[in-house]
Amino acid sequence: MKYTLSVLVENHPGVLSKVSGLFSRRAFNIDSLAVGVTEDPTISRMTIVADGDEYIIEQLEKQLNKVIPVIKVRTYTEGDYISRELSLIKVNSPTNKRLDIMKIAELMDAKIVDVSVNTMTLQFADTLERFETLCDLLKPYGIREIVRTGTVAIEKDSVLSRK
Amino acid sequence: MISGAEIMVKCLQEENVSVLFGYPGAVICPFFDHLYNTEIKAVLVRQEQNAAHCASGYARALSKVGVCVATSGPGALNLITGIATAYMDSIPLVCITGQVRSDVLGRDVFQEADITGACESFVKHSYLVKDTADLPRVFKEAFHIASTGRPGPVLIDVPVDVQTAEIEEFVYPDKVNIIGYKPSFKGHPMQIKRALDMISESKRPVICAGGGVLSSGAKPRLREFSEKTGIPVVSTMMGIGVMASDDPLYVGMLGSHGRKAANVTIHNADLVILCGARVGDRAVASPDQVVEHANVIHIDIDPAEIGKNMKTTVPIVGDMKNVLGQMLRDVDYTTPEEWTAQIDQWKKEFYKEPEKTEGFVEPKSFISALSGIVKPKAIMVADVGQNQIWCANNYRIKDGRFFTSGGMGTMGYSVPAAIGAKMARPRRDVIAVCGDGSFQMSMNELATIAQENVNIKIIVMRNTVLGMVHELQDMHYGSRYAVTELSDIPDFVKLAQAYGIDSAMAKSNEEAEKIAREMLKSDKPFVLVCDVSPSTSSK
Repeated sequence: MKYTLSVLVENHPGVLSKVSGLFSRRAFNIDSLAVGVTEDPTISRMTIVADGDEYIIEQLEKQLNKVIPVIKVRTYTEGDYISRELSLIKVNSPTNKRLDIMKIAELMDAKIVDVSVNTMTLQFADTLERFETLCDLLKPYGIREIVRTGTVAIEKDSVLSRK
Repeated sequence: MISGAEIMVKCLQEENVSVLFGYPGAVICPFFDHLYNTEIKAVLVRQEQNAAHCASGYARALSKVGVCVATSGPGALNLITGIATAYMDSIPLVCITGQVRSDVLGRDVFQEADITGACESFVKHSYLVKDTADLPRVFKEAFHIASTGRPGPVLIDVPVDVQTAEIEEFVYPDKVNIIGYKPSFKGHPMQIKRALDMISESKRPVICAGGGVLSSGAKPRLREFSEKTGIPVVSTMMGIGVMASDDPLYVGMLGSHGRKAANVTIHNADLVILCGARVGDRAVASPDQVVEHANVIHIDIDPAEIGKNMKTTVPIVGDMKNVLGQMLRDVDYTTPEEWTAQIDQWKKEFYKEPEKTEGFVEPKSFISALSGIVKPKAIMVADVGQNQIWCANNYRIKDGRFFTSGGMGTMGYSVPAAIGAKMARPRRDVIAVCGDGSFQMSMNELATIAQENVNIKIIVMRNTVLGMVHELQDMHYGSRYAVTELSDIPDFVKLAQAYGIDSAMAKSNEEAEKIAREMLKSDKPFVLVCDVSPSTSSK
């Protein structure tokens, strides 16, 4: 099962390698890791999507907590958070297919950020499922390149306030 | 104005460091230069790995942070095995390394190695200091992190220009404030109540004590708890010494190389109380079998250890001394007599008298006899290999300590660790027991022993083979002794004498015991070489 963990860390050089090193040495499998500074410039947030069972995730949480610059670790509960991933997709678009691709982009709420004679680049920020749908739609035209940021997630206040 | 190097020395003084172990080099020279003519004693080892082991023995003997220092590149890299050894056994160390100038970092200059990167997975924390002004905070934090919570090694890498740069004044911080590091000290009262309820319902309880009991200084409380409730105690290798070996409530060391009675006890218990033990594979090979019929209370300062290797019914996170104190206040339980009687019977049933071989020293009975020759508070340091198992199972500890490289199994640990232990506790008998394999991994430290006149007694079990692997080859590889024969062994007696250290060879237990008695009377180091039959097994 996939789990989304949110990890607050001190914003120091070397912290990322301390955290990422943990995954390989404890043999944890992670799907993605996204990191960026928070509203407090001394603190960064890492969003980690990991694959595993309850035991693995509990261990992952505990081991992360042992890393000195790690301030807080939370595993989000399904439905309690919003997650997004930004991706850039470069797809073949010969003149006769350009309109088709523009239609797909409009339908899926993707933004066209670059156009050349033979390709189009789409910017897409949505959930993992929607990203996969978009890829399925674009595949017949020939996807040249995909660049993804990894998932970032935030808790829904609407859910928390109801609890 | 004050330089970084002087600040480093002042930090050590603030932390009451009186001895450190190290090896100099170009980029740690500013530090050593300022150390010179201070009251801090710097012991020059003969290889950096042994500086870390010395610091480890020192730290264990005094329950304070051990300090080792090396230069950049090869010096720092040689420390690595020592650091990892300390990490596995949760020993508090502060390891200081010199580093190349910060403006050339990353350019592969002479003697440059990314030591913080290399050590990442086996330090509790590490620092690469880029600014002289950060040194006081970094040192304060390093000593705090190394010694609190679950102890462990902390590495401070200091580029040479950070040591030579000067700042206005030295101010050592009073406190540390690391927002992500707040170890819990007291056990949760609810969990303690649950644990006590579980104890009162149990019929066949056993305490499994590990190194955590010793490092938290909870030995007297554990004894008190066991005596008050009558709950028998088994220990891991790291836990040897939590109870005196002849304490009726002590069953023995458990594990693949432990006492059968201890293993049978834990496998028949209905409640296992893990105290500062991480249930490593060598201690309990099949934890799933144990939990099939037993509840588990796991007390540990490190939450990540709870549930890692053994399913836990009641987890208690906290310092052992506090948790046992809390439990002692409210516990009201007496172990059923049938259970205690059953264990006593197992202890008798499974005890095997070692067989003697003519013309050799029988190591098991010799170690057992040695227990009666040394002072009660002696520190016994066992190396790794058959000698470790002989010592772990046959040394009858009283109120002393037993050190060994438990988790990492680092050969060559005993001699340097014994040096550190003796410097920490000069009035105690300190004995290093090693094999001829492990002795040859750190016998260069005879020079350190001679230079500092460190009164340790080294016992070399000379069986001319790498015994532990030899045994493995007997069991699983059709006795094909691939690369385990130590032919043409040097004359260790002459070797010791070459360093100006007295030495003698024993070929029988009577002879070994006689020499041991004599050597312990002297205030000089001694190397006792025992001729052991290569066919003597660890069992």
